[in-house]
Amino acid sequence: MRIKNLLIAAIRSLRKNKMRTFLTMLGIIIGVASVIAMIAIGQGSKKSIQAQISTLGTNVLMIFPQASSTGGVRMEAGSSQKMTLEDVAVIKNRCSSVAYLTPQVRTSGQLVYGNLNWRTSVYGVYPDYFDIRNLKIVSGSVFTMNDDRSAAKVCVIGQTVVNNLFGENADPLGNYIRINKIPFKIVGITETKGQNAFGQDQDDMVIAPFSTVQKRMLAITYIQSMLASAKSEALIPIASQEITEVLKAKHHLGPSEDPDFTIRTQTDIAQMATSTSAIMTILLATIASISLLVGGIGIMNIMLVSVTERTREIGIRMSVGARGHDVLLQFLIEALLISLIGGLLGIVLGGIVSQLIAKLLSWPVSITIQSILMSFLFSSAIGMFFGWYPARKAARLNPIEALRYE
Amino acid sequence: MDHQNHQVTEEDVEMSKPIISVKNLVKNYVMGDVEVHALRGIDLDIQQGDFVAIMGKSGSGKSTFMNILGCLDVPTRGHYLLDNVDVLTLTKDQLANLRNRKIGFVFQSFNLLSRTTALENVELPLMYNKKISSKEMQDLSIKALESVGLSSRSYHFPNQLSGGEQQRVAIARSLVNQPVVILADEPTGNLDTRTSLEVMDIFQRLNEQGITIVIVTHEADIASFTKRNVSFRDGKIIRAIEIDHPRNAREELMQMPVNVDEEEL
Repeated sequence: MRIKNLLIAAIRSLRKNKMRTFLTMLGIIIGVASVIAMIAIGQGSKKSIQAQISTLGTNVLMIFPQASSTGGVRMEAGSSQKMTLEDVAVIKNRCSSVAYLTPQVRTSGQLVYGNLNWRTSVYGVYPDYFDIRNLKIVSGSVFTMNDDRSAAKVCVIGQTVVNNLFGENADPLGNYIRINKIPFKIVGITETKGQNAFGQDQDDMVIAPFSTVQKRMLAITYIQSMLASAKSEALIPIASQEITEVLKAKHHLGPSEDPDFTIRTQTDIAQMATSTSAIMTILLATIASISLLVGGIGIMNIMLVSVTERTREIGIRMSVGARGHDVLLQFLIEALLISLIGGLLGIVLGGIVSQLIAKLLSWPVSITIQSILMSFLFSSAIGMFFGWYPARKAARLNPIEALRYE
Repeated sequence: MDHQNHQVTEEDVEMSKPIISVKNLVKNYVMGDVEVHALRGIDLDIQQGDFVAIMGKSGSGKSTFMNILGCLDVPTRGHYLLDNVDVLTLTKDQLANLRNRKIGFVFQSFNLLSRTTALENVELPLMYNKKISSKEMQDLSIKALESVGLSSRSYHFPNQLSGGEQQRVAIARSLVNQPVVILADEPTGNLDTRTSLEVMDIFQRLNEQGITIVIVTHEADIASFTKRNVSFRDGKIIRAIEIDHPRNAREELMQMPVNVDEEEL
């Protein structure tokens, strides 16, 4: 039998039982739609986490000293005082894949302006920091390396600080605030960045020249950490390796010895954060696949009923010359048509549901080509798998008995 | 005109080799623990253009014989040549192809596909023939429906047709593939006298065109329209007679009072 004729025969018999065909299809429609919607939700949250991670900056590497230990008592990570500005200089000179580099010290300070006060973190960094973290200045400008050399009492503040000390929409540029009683001139205001992946407000901070914070506020000689950026995303691992080698040599550590610092890259952090949402996606997709499986069982059930009900038809077809595999193909194509059309409708419904979720619950969703292809292939595989047994049952009928069947 | 046609068919009979040749055909089945001897050695030749009635009570083996002739069943022993093909050597798929190309079936209960138009029902055998295009399929089916006088009912569903019309659709289906033989199992069993006559009239006309027809019936009345009657009893042929002057269904139809409405019961 020609494929065209097989299709015609299958479509004719599906049309004879419109309601039944539709209800069987509904199982697949709902199954595919839920797979699409669930994956869209999972992917959406993954994307939004990735977007948040990218607010850290571009191609960022963080370099922390190891925990210090005094007489066997180990202190917290980053508490070692071995990292100095010499390390910064050596990295700057020797690591070709590093684009920007800054030392970093952090303290917290009580900010006072007029009768208002606010407590927040104060970071001491080089101007490179703004390039590494992609921090834009909306008003004023960044302090310079000269300010650092002279330990100038200037600072750049985030929007949250502006709101709390000066009120909304104020422009405090050029004003002086006191940080731990030291007067600082405000030279710049950063663009609003919002929360980071861990829910921290990235606009709630003060950024001042490195030596100002190190010498005037903390009165220390070492640096707490370094922040670097690689020249491109692909160079992140190379930069990490270069820094490791240079710093180990600087600290007189042999190649086999463990480094006395740790490097964390943006890729590491992104992987960590997205693995959670990947697990969620898998979980949701698995649950949705179960409904697709139930839809498949529905197809099998209906096809079995259909074979029994149409025994006489099968007998007639065999008497006029249908071979076993013609009958098999006819029933298989019917099952396939149900699952394929159901799959297509399910993709449409899944798209609509995802958009509704995005609109009504304002949850980020993202429908990927992969999820569409996957559920389409999966639903046709289900049609094949669950259509096979009933089709084979039909093909094996004895024509004489089938013709006698009441 | 009748006479001329008659002569032509008689000549054909003498010239041709048998279209169906059955020798020492035996069929046994096992029903539970009992072995049933349905056919106990049948010998029968049917010539091209013949019109044979196979008669007998139920259990005489005539239906088993019909199933074997129609390649729906295979005999336990014996020989069966259909149009010079040794049926016993064929596989299941080859038997299906043989049914598709060389045999047309007409059943007592019509066996049309429900909720499928008359035309689509007639197309059915051609759907299983890869050599036939959709255009040919439609042309041949329309022609077959015309030859049973039902072209105006092409798009009616079986439940919109009377019993006689349904059987005529079934006949159109049986001849659409231009078979070497039409096998009819009690074709008038579910019909009243008048529609039975109409069906026999169609068979006689098809036979006049040279189509070989074998019908199974238990009504001697129906058998008297054929050219040869073969009687079965207990799996054997007990009598085979030539009918010199078969009754003419068309003439009898014309003599029938027309006021008997074709009520659709």
